[in-house]
Amino acid sequence: MTKQRVPPALLVPAVGGLIFLILPLAGLLWRTPWSTLRQRLTEPEVAQALKLSLLTASLATLLCLLLGVPLAWLLARVTFPGRRLVRALITVPLVLPPVVGGIALLLALGRRGLLGGWLAETFGISLPFTTAGVVVAEAFVALPFLVISVEGALRGADTRYEEAAATLGASRWVTFTHVTLPLVAPGIAAGGVLCWARALGEFGATITFAGNYPGITQTMPLAVYQSMESGDLDGAVVLSLILLAVSVTILAALRDRWLAAP
Amino acid sequence: MRCTVAAAGLAAVLAFGVAGCGDGASDAPATGSSPGAATGTVKVFAAASLTESFTTLGKQFESAHPGTTVTFNFAGSSALATQINQGAPADVFASAAPTNMAAVTSAVSPTTFVKNQLVIATAKGNPKKIIGLAGLAEPGLKVALCAPQVPCGAAAGTAVEAAGVKLTPVTLEQDVKAALAKVKLGEVDAALVYRTDATASSADVDAVEFLESAKAINEYPIAVLTGAANPTGAQQFVDYVLSPAGIKVLTAAGFQAP
Repeated sequence: MTKQRVPPALLVPAVGGLIFLILPLAGLLWRTPWSTLRQRLTEPEVAQALKLSLLTASLATLLCLLLGVPLAWLLARVTFPGRRLVRALITVPLVLPPVVGGIALLLALGRRGLLGGWLAETFGISLPFTTAGVVVAEAFVALPFLVISVEGALRGADTRYEEAAATLGASRWVTFTHVTLPLVAPGIAAGGVLCWARALGEFGATITFAGNYPGITQTMPLAVYQSMESGDLDGAVVLSLILLAVSVTILAALRDRWLAAP
Repeated sequence: MRCTVAAAGLAAVLAFGVAGCGDGASDAPATGSSPGAATGTVKVFAAASLTESFTTLGKQFESAHPGTTVTFNFAGSSALATQINQGAPADVFASAAPTNMAAVTSAVSPTTFVKNQLVIATAKGNPKKIIGLAGLAEPGLKVALCAPQVPCGAAAGTAVEAAGVKLTPVTLEQDVKAALAKVKLGEVDAALVYRTDATASSADVDAVEFLESAKAINEYPIAVLTGAANPTGAQQFVDYVLSPAGIKVLTAAGFQAP
């Protein structure tokens, strides 16, 4: 490709867009109480919330992989009636306000919910106000990211390998595990990273469905909100900074490897 | 050409607006203490527990002062204090606790206008037969409290301490409305909320009074903020809240006069 002159009509708004996205992050750095940062980072509440966030986001991603990869495969490889509707339903959590997602989860899995009432009476299982509830809320919001990424990868993959495996006598399951999965592994990894990052930042569904209790359901975004609510702006900024650093590190480290366009 | 028309239109609107102001002032000579009739928008930041009563007061104030609009921002008092200190445009601040009022640097001589007391909110009919604060410590009972950083949580902490019970809530909600919502949904068996909130939701919840709530009474201060965009309107709204008509609405909602 030859060197091209960038038209100002494109360059100016592009730079504007970049500044628009970066400026708030700069604001966070500008307002960070650097002198007390070390001391604040070692506060047990911060460590507790961070640990819980990393744990629940990872478990949610695991849950999404277990459920989402087969779902994506179904959408990409099997023709069935109502497929378009199923795909639309899967993407609903993407556009649904997370608080609405939390209320929906309560009405489905809460103590008096559609399924939750039965779960509570039969097995004594109650998800709200538990760490498992946080994982469920995060997985609900993050699953579409994984399904969409993996479905895209499956559609982009060359199906001739799968056809070859089938003609050689491999069953659909063997084809899936030995041919399809290795083929779309980068897509699955990319989807997993997106899913994990979304789960890490989840706030609305978590506070609505799982509640807010330090050590059990208070993840980093909830801790940020609580600090802000209680007038502890410095605390909120420090917590936000950690969350930002973790997200940027993960995304930057994995972007070039897995998220880059082929 | 189009510009000229627009400018003329704007001038006409302005002239009309000014005339409107004049009319308003001459219409209300009875309010002798006020420097002029309130106009425009009054932006009120108020504690979540004031939602119902202030919404009513706002409507009454608007009809008593034609040409004014009252807009509300209801949230936890501490969140509101943070928002105001970060430059959110507010004319009046009504807090559920003096500490949050004190945190606002721009509040001018706050006045206590009501007091509020805690009750135990339970599902309708009180299915778990909760009779007092000590009963909330029963194992297997799910209780929601407000976070200790917000006034209803601070009051709950004081009451629990006064009762000498060991309470383990399942969640610490960010404001009293959120705690009450968990009771309404049936996800918790009880929550410590203000009497006023239980009163406002009496169709869905029962309120259980308890002795120790007398040791944790919240005082609500209200103040005009320096730098208010509408200082006249702000002062008149505060005056209205403190007037007999205002106190009547508040006591009907379950608040106590100071």
